[in-house]
Amino acid sequence: MGIGISIHMQESLLFVNLTGELDQSTMQKVKQKLVNAIDQSDVKHVVFNFKGLTFMDSSGIGIVLGRYNQIRDRDGRVFVVGMNPVVAKVFYMSGLNKIITIIDDDADVMRVLEEAI
Amino acid sequence: MRNEINVTLPAIVSNASLARLIIMGILAPLDADTQQLTEVKTVVSEAVTNAIIHGYEGNPEGIVEFNAVLEGRRLKVVIKDHGVGIDDVELAKQPLFTTKEDEERSGLGFMIMESFTDDFEVVSAPSVGTTVTFEREIL
Repeated sequence: MGIGISIHMQESLLFVNLTGELDQSTMQKVKQKLVNAIDQSDVKHVVFNFKGLTFMDSSGIGIVLGRYNQIRDRDGRVFVVGMNPVVAKVFYMSGLNKIITIIDDDADVMRVLEEAI
Repeated sequence: MRNEINVTLPAIVSNASLARLIIMGILAPLDADTQQLTEVKTVVSEAVTNAIIHGYEGNPEGIVEFNAVLEGRRLKVVIKDHGVGIDDVELAKQPLFTTKEDEERSGLGFMIMESFTDDFEVVSAPSVGTTVTFEREIL
């Protein structure tokens, strides 16, 4: 099973929707697409939507952290919607929730973003 | 009931996905909830991915040995490589420690393996290889 990536930009936000499995074998494709999209634009913030993922391991966390590193010089922030509970637990245990904002599945994403940025 | 599977997987990254399918296959008769299955699947994915990208550094000629035994509701998995090994296992286990920062590895693999297993062990020696063993009771 592979990975599906769709991105769109809205003002200072880059929205990233992923479907399928995010692991070591699919992360390079995602990374390349996002590195280019961010480098070639002036977006500040990245909003991942993982609701369509059927699996994600620490390779996916690497992708999220990598984007944080990419945009922090722009004072940007990274948000994640729809993270599976196993990965979310790892985020809290490792303290990554201090730098990456996890948005509840049932929250109004646009409202959370408006209040946060 | 006892069940067991033994497979050898060439060290190609897509085989982490194959290993996840295998472990889901052996657990299927237990009717476990998604949360537990996801946890076990993630642990297997981390261990097999480590063997492939760290143990064999992506050399597809490397062989990862995968053994899973299910006794009743107790799962025991051994994932073994004959790759480069780990110099300092305790250091490697530290959260966010990674030797592959450029490749955007998060350094959370061992934390995941330790957190979602009942019993977890890593035995490694440089140039000999690494063996990860874990046990997990499926409720």
